Amino acid sequence: MNLSRRQLLSTFLGAPLALAACGDAPRRFPDGEIVGQNAVLGHVLREGRAFDVAADNWSNVGTAIVGGGVAGLSAAWKLSKLGRNNFVLLELEKETGGTSQSGVGQPVGYPWGAHYLPVPFRENVDLIELLDEMSLTDGRTADNNVIVKEQYLCRDPEERVFYKGRWYDGLYLHAGESDEDKRQYAEFQRRIDYWVTWRDATGRRAFVVPSANCSDDAEATALDRVSFGEWLRQNGFTSERLIWYCDYACRDDYGLKIEQTSAWAGLFYFCSRVRKSGEGSQPFITFPEGNGRFVNHLTESVKDKILRSHMVVSIVPNANGVDVICLADGQLRGFHCEKVIYASPIFTAPYVIRGLVDDPPFAANEFQHNAWFVANLFLKDRPKPRFARDFPLAWDNVLYESPSLGYVNATHQKGIDYGPTVWTYYYPMCHEEDGRTKLFNYEWRDLADVCLTDMARAHPDIYELTTRIDIMRWGHAMISPRPGFIWSKNKQAASKPYRNIHFAHTDLSGIALFEEAFYHGLRSAVSVIKEVRTG
Amino acid sequence: MKRTPLLFLNVIIIATCGLIYELLAATVSSYVLGDSVTQFSLIIGVYLSAMGVGSYLSRFIDKHVAEKFIDIELAVAVIGGLSAPLLFLTFAYVSYFGIVLYTMVFIIGTLVGLEIPLLMRILKDELDFKELVSRVLALDYVGALVASLLFPIFLVPKLGLNRTSLLFGMLNAGVGLWATWLLDPLIPNRKITILRVKGFVVLVLLAIVLIKADSLTTLAEDGLFTDNIVYAKSSPYQRIVVTKGKTGHALFLNGNLQFNSFDEYRYHEALVHPAFAAYDGKPKRVLVLGGGDGLALREILKYKSVETVDLVDLDPMMTGLSKAFPALGELNQHAFDDPRVSVTNGDAFVWLDNNEQPPYDIAIIDFPDPNNFALGKLYSTRFYNLLKQKLSPDAAVVIQCTSPLIARRSYWSIIKTLEATGFSVKPFQTTVPSFGVWGYALAKMQPFETPKLASGVDLKFLNENSFTSMFEFPTDMTLPADEIEINRLDNQALVRYYESEWRRFE
Repeated sequence: MNLSRRQLLSTFLGAPLALAACGDAPRRFPDGEIVGQNAVLGHVLREGRAFDVAADNWSNVGTAIVGGGVAGLSAAWKLSKLGRNNFVLLELEKETGGTSQSGVGQPVGYPWGAHYLPVPFRENVDLIELLDEMSLTDGRTADNNVIVKEQYLCRDPEERVFYKGRWYDGLYLHAGESDEDKRQYAEFQRRIDYWVTWRDATGRRAFVVPSANCSDDAEATALDRVSFGEWLRQNGFTSERLIWYCDYACRDDYGLKIEQTSAWAGLFYFCSRVRKSGEGSQPFITFPEGNGRFVNHLTESVKDKILRSHMVVSIVPNANGVDVICLADGQLRGFHCEKVIYASPIFTAPYVIRGLVDDPPFAANEFQHNAWFVANLFLKDRPKPRFARDFPLAWDNVLYESPSLGYVNATHQKGIDYGPTVWTYYYPMCHEEDGRTKLFNYEWRDLADVCLTDMARAHPDIYELTTRIDIMRWGHAMISPRPGFIWSKNKQAASKPYRNIHFAHTDLSGIALFEEAFYHGLRSAVSVIKEVRTG
Repeated sequence: MKRTPLLFLNVIIIATCGLIYELLAATVSSYVLGDSVTQFSLIIGVYLSAMGVGSYLSRFIDKHVAEKFIDIELAVAVIGGLSAPLLFLTFAYVSYFGIVLYTMVFIIGTLVGLEIPLLMRILKDELDFKELVSRVLALDYVGALVASLLFPIFLVPKLGLNRTSLLFGMLNAGVGLWATWLLDPLIPNRKITILRVKGFVVLVLLAIVLIKADSLTTLAEDGLFTDNIVYAKSSPYQRIVVTKGKTGHALFLNGNLQFNSFDEYRYHEALVHPAFAAYDGKPKRVLVLGGGDGLALREILKYKSVETVDLVDLDPMMTGLSKAFPALGELNQHAFDDPRVSVTNGDAFVWLDNNEQPPYDIAIIDFPDPNNFALGKLYSTRFYNLLKQKLSPDAAVVIQCTSPLIARRSYWSIIKTLEATGFSVKPFQTTVPSFGVWGYALAKMQPFETPKLASGVDLKFLNENSFTSMFEFPTDMTLPADEIEINRLDNQALVRYYESEWRRFE
């Protein structure tokens, strides 16, 4: 193995594996490419040029939605449902969906990012309305909880974990735990239970989805001031496997390690999907293409309002409303709008919204995103189990000793248990100080090598079985709920409209979840309608 | 001369080996092709006539008789020794088994036929003709007796066909090697060395195969199965093994018994006829899910009203074997050749989800027990809901549901799961000696009375009384008092029940 490959592998997978992988350079390397997100495109904005639009390239529209991720699509869906059809949705990329994009393939589609939604509590009526509309539900229980159709609830076995050469049932590693591990795990569950049953003086929960409904009581929000790692230490949690479990949760939901994650966010992960004490976490709704199913439904509902490959380059608030200028097919196009819903990452706002930098209502640069890469492996068949008693292939397959998040099997939910499949491998760049630069320094071949080397520790036959591996690099994947961010005044300030521009993004929750994007989309749509003069 | 008695000992061994190869070939072919009378008759015929050819050909060997004799001995050792494993492999992997079988029998026969005449010529200078003929032929027939007694009493039951074959090959090679010393004066020194090297190589080769064979899957499985393995092959989905023993043929998938020909009719009559009994009128369209052995088909095809039988089985190798393996074809009465039957190879869960079909009047569901998650989904509420969409309103369904005695919770979990999807269910059970007490579910989409067995169908097991009694459950198999979970895709409760219940017996 040459030096640069060793360096690459030790950067991404740690020195021990890099050394172990030394020598066995892959015998056969699959095809593939980098797909999706065009980093160059977005970075043009940094130049802050002036744009002159030809007079006949201007049109009038009530509302322009900037950004076709889940927040923007949800805003469009809501406007359309309320009969306010005078809007356009401008999307930078060729496809809508943002980090919930998906791919079409054989035998099933596959996700490029977010891939599940926990069944919402009955209180989340807006989201349940969407589920009903998509025919995902089978009515309600006696106490009005939504019943999701069996085929959309994640099929058992949900998770398995690979540890020291073997696969085990579940995500938390029970095999080989000591009495102390067991005690700490039980104690941790008691802490979760405490926060699940906790209510403030007005009856609000500490952790609930959408997070806007969480209590702002000091006892709960104080948790945002320390890291999750610090909180675990303060509470006497030292069990290696418990720490791993919590760290995995943070990397999985936030792309951060426990030391980088706010304890409030860490506990939010464990508490916000548990309805009441003694119950498990809400079951997951999932599809082969992950949250792409939601994206496609929302997109379809407003399809004639969407303008793809439209890069918004300038948003100019004025006395009459807002002018939006975008670049499409090498031409500048302008929209005179009454309102804008800015459904893009908040950190981009100063580059696009004119005047924002002069008197900033919030510090956009504090909305920090982390970087990820996602690989889709197209397999001609499934790897053979190495031991007869190994726990079988699950939906989510996690490698305990890896900085990656493991992989999700796309055919799982369809009950397709034999033959070709697509595996989606997730890698958050949280182990590097400057993960984003690092990520873009590497090409397809390097990242594919990282992915396959990582997978090969559990599946030595992965090289023979993978026919193709495509990779998406997410430079700005999701908001980072670092300590102090979620309950900061700065974040709250961004939730308020700036002149006629309403912001809608998971950045405003500090937690990148489908439900949060959906909530902000709907919230912004409703507030725009309240203010707007024409329909 | 001292070597003469030793050469007579040689005759006994040669004769024994010769007959052993003949018996091996006949046994292997009757195991895999069935119809042992025909197979034994044909093999003996071909073998004896080939010996005649060999005897005739011996006249063309004029010079170097002793070294030719040893060469032939070594050739018999190689071909005869490898015959049983080669035949099994041929049967599993190529379609022209018959050609290989009879060619092999003919070659062995010819070589063995050459041996005795050549040996007699070697001995002719040392004994007068009368003495020679009487001794050699007597010993030849004694050897045949030794072989025919050893083969059924000791070799087949204790060593199995493959080891017997290899062991006698080694014995044969040993004799050849030994003969290089016995016939030393008759062979030039240079040739002797070459012959000894050859003999040693053959001996080592066979020894290696014998030792290695134990680690090869086919032979390793010999230890797992009490009967002889006559077919063993891995498909992408499972390991298929067919064995042949005193009671008949048995099929194993991943080591789990699927049927034994001696009592499978009990299992399959109970699987099929209750559904027909519960259907009002003349069922035309029948769906079979699983059941790749074709034995349920055999029962279904007894009904003249049936116009279409669609069978969906995961494994093309399994349905192919049931059609092409003579013993299985005989057992399922060539059901796969019936024009009413069409076969789809695929996962029944995916098939139900993706295919539109006219409704079925009868569905027979015969999957392996739910011992993994891929099988567990075939017993879930989702699966039964998909099934319902494929049925006519009055349709009757029978599902095999594992043993209510050994896996009581598993059994009742399947019943509860069916009920949860709106089926009206009549649980029933019967005894299949190979399996023990076995459970099924008879289900319809509206409430119904326990049916009566229809007359006019030719049955070996069920009659009016035994049919009615299947719906009675002894106390140790009734619904347990504590709560039984429904098997859903998102909890796979059944796989977990099954695992815990059957593990007690491992």
